[in-house]
Amino acid sequence: MNILLYDHTFEGFLTAVFEAYEFKLKQVKIVKEALQTEQLFAKITKVFTQAPKAERVYQKLKTLIGDLGLHRMLYTFLSEDEDLETHLWAVVQYALNNSKRNIIQDFSHPSVLKLSQYEQMVHREKHRMEAFVRFRLTLDDIYYAEIEPDFNVLPVIAKHFKDRYQDQKWMIFDQKRTYGIYYDLHKVELVEMKFANHLNKQEGLEMLVKDEKLYQHLWQTYFKKTTIQARKNSRLHIQHVPKRYWKYLTEKFPV
Amino acid sequence: MNFDRITEKLEILADAAKYDVSCSSSGAKRNNQNKGLGNSTGMGICHSYTEDGRCVSLLKILLTNHCIYDCAYCVTRKSNDIKRAAFTVQEVVDLTINFYRRNYIEGLFLSSGIFKDADFTMERLVLVAKKLRLEENFNGYIHLKSIPGASDELMKEAGLYADRLSINLELPTEKGLKLLAPDKNREDMIKPMNYVKNEIIVFKEEKKLFRNTPKFAPAGQSTQLIIGATQENDLEIIQTADSFYKNYQLKRVYYSGYVPIADDARLPSLQSKVPMVRENRLYQADWLMRFYGFKADEILDPNLPFLDLDVDPKLSWALRNQHIFPIDIQKADFEMILRVPGIGVKSAWKIIEARRFSHLNENHLKKLGVALNRAKYFISYGLHFGNLKFLNSSNLKQFILGNTKSKYQDQYNAQLALF
Ligand code: SF4
Repeated sequence: MNILLYDHTFEGFLTAVFEAYEFKLKQVKIVKEALQTEQLFAKITKVFTQAPKAERVYQKLKTLIGDLGLHRMLYTFLSEDEDLETHLWAVVQYALNNSKRNIIQDFSHPSVLKLSQYEQMVHREKHRMEAFVRFRLTLDDIYYAEIEPDFNVLPVIAKHFKDRYQDQKWMIFDQKRTYGIYYDLHKVELVEMKFANHLNKQEGLEMLVKDEKLYQHLWQTYFKKTTIQARKNSRLHIQHVPKRYWKYLTEKFPV
Repeated sequence: MNFDRITEKLEILADAAKYDVSCSSSGAKRNNQNKGLGNSTGMGICHSYTEDGRCVSLLKILLTNHCIYDCAYCVTRKSNDIKRAAFTVQEVVDLTINFYRRNYIEGLFLSSGIFKDADFTMERLVLVAKKLRLEENFNGYIHLKSIPGASDELMKEAGLYADRLSINLELPTEKGLKLLAPDKNREDMIKPMNYVKNEIIVFKEEKKLFRNTPKFAPAGQSTQLIIGATQENDLEIIQTADSFYKNYQLKRVYYSGYVPIADDARLPSLQSKVPMVRENRLYQADWLMRFYGFKADEILDPNLPFLDLDVDPKLSWALRNQHIFPIDIQKADFEMILRVPGIGVKSAWKIIEARRFSHLNENHLKKLGVALNRAKYFISYGLHFGNLKFLNSSNLKQFILGNTKSKYQDQYNAQLALF
């Protein structure tokens, strides 16, 4: 077996695909670097990500499975599932072996089906995050939010926030993956830093503008008052707003 | 800003607005212009859900709960002994902007009690929308509740700034309105509605000629009917809805189960339950009229003026019309396939697509998203008739119910126990 190690990036994965074909490797398994376990009888190669190779694979796939297919591959990638490379690789091979037709809707193939399921999962999380981000205004005039999404959705929610909040600086920080996206009134950039969760702690509060707490309080007041007690239905409530998200929802903060 | 005072106002004016259920923010596309604040994607996001499970999408408040009228079903009515408050125009603008910037909301849904007179009130509602659009460069969603009797000029301005306009009929019939809201008359409600309808038509015409015609209420109009405050039967309610869809081209009619708020001999007692199952059935009936091609008098007829509470109206229709079934899934028209219980609009389209390639069987249908536990009693595959032996039995309903569990089962049992 040939094990190809890549650097956890989508480009890295595409480079690995390129090399698998370039060197006509048999029995390929593409694995994230540092995640491989000891394998007897396997040849392990480290792939160095190269943008031109990735780009060529990308363009080829585009002709085979179209934008929908690439979209699905990207969302699959963001799911961070441990089997995702196996399914991506299977779909890539299936597409290349059937270059006469677009196979991306052929759900009789288990990995094609699997990709559409990954896509759905990640898409759902994207929607949730577009809804559940709660900004707090900091002293340096940045609207700041923390999230802990189930999947790595920052890259796909950036556009939504950029379209919507064009006249304010904002940052959304993924606590689980310790990176964020930052909009500086012109463009969105990735930022990595050990921001930890200091805004959650008491001493972080002095970083917030004076009115911030008051607006949070007003929002909590509103949330309470807009509920109709005679219709209360906690089961439905939790189904829509699962408890694991409460930590970052202003309306759910203890008052 | 004096936050204590604002908090108190918000408590009072959010509380008074919560009975309006039409909080959707969908249907309008508005781009962020000139690097401003906000946009509407047309999809509407639920930023949170209340503890009663309803979508929180808009900041839904009254401008004031002072009111010169005395509608019996309304907490804001003049004779009710409650705390009163009023926001200033600027306060509503500030709240909206600050909530929006924090990603709490999609926009504003502003309504009001009537102080002084209709135009005086409407003018202030319009001013809020105008300031948001022109001073704050706000492109989020704005829904204004029009005040019955407001002038055409104000309605025109309202349409220029708001995405959606609505006037709540509240009571499905004029008879009910006379009884519970003697100060109001239906004419005053219908006039602005009619005006807006015509303006929207004019806008669409002009848009064909001039590309830059300013938008006019792009998300259209809606209204709300209160269910169970008066004696109307379901047939009267859906006929009213149907005629407003047709005559005023409404985007939505909302149904709001009456929440008992007053001790008044004309109204259900304070102990009565909110008729949630009935409300749900009305939404389903409404859905059938808008997307499934059902007519009001097919869903209910004068001899059967109430919707069945234990089965949905589509199944109920099928059970009353067993002679039409089974339908052949391989040959039937789209319209007929739509009428099969357990088949939705999406799966109906997929069936039409898929049957061109292969002869469909149960497995196919399952994959296409059909709820077979219902549908199987009503369809044939052109070949064999597995479950159809039940179709002509008088207890088909029991068969089907035995196979499915309603999410409202608990409440339904509770309601039955009252009788
Ligand atoms: S006019 Fe409107 S706010 Fe005033 S009492 Fe009637 S329903 Fe309530």
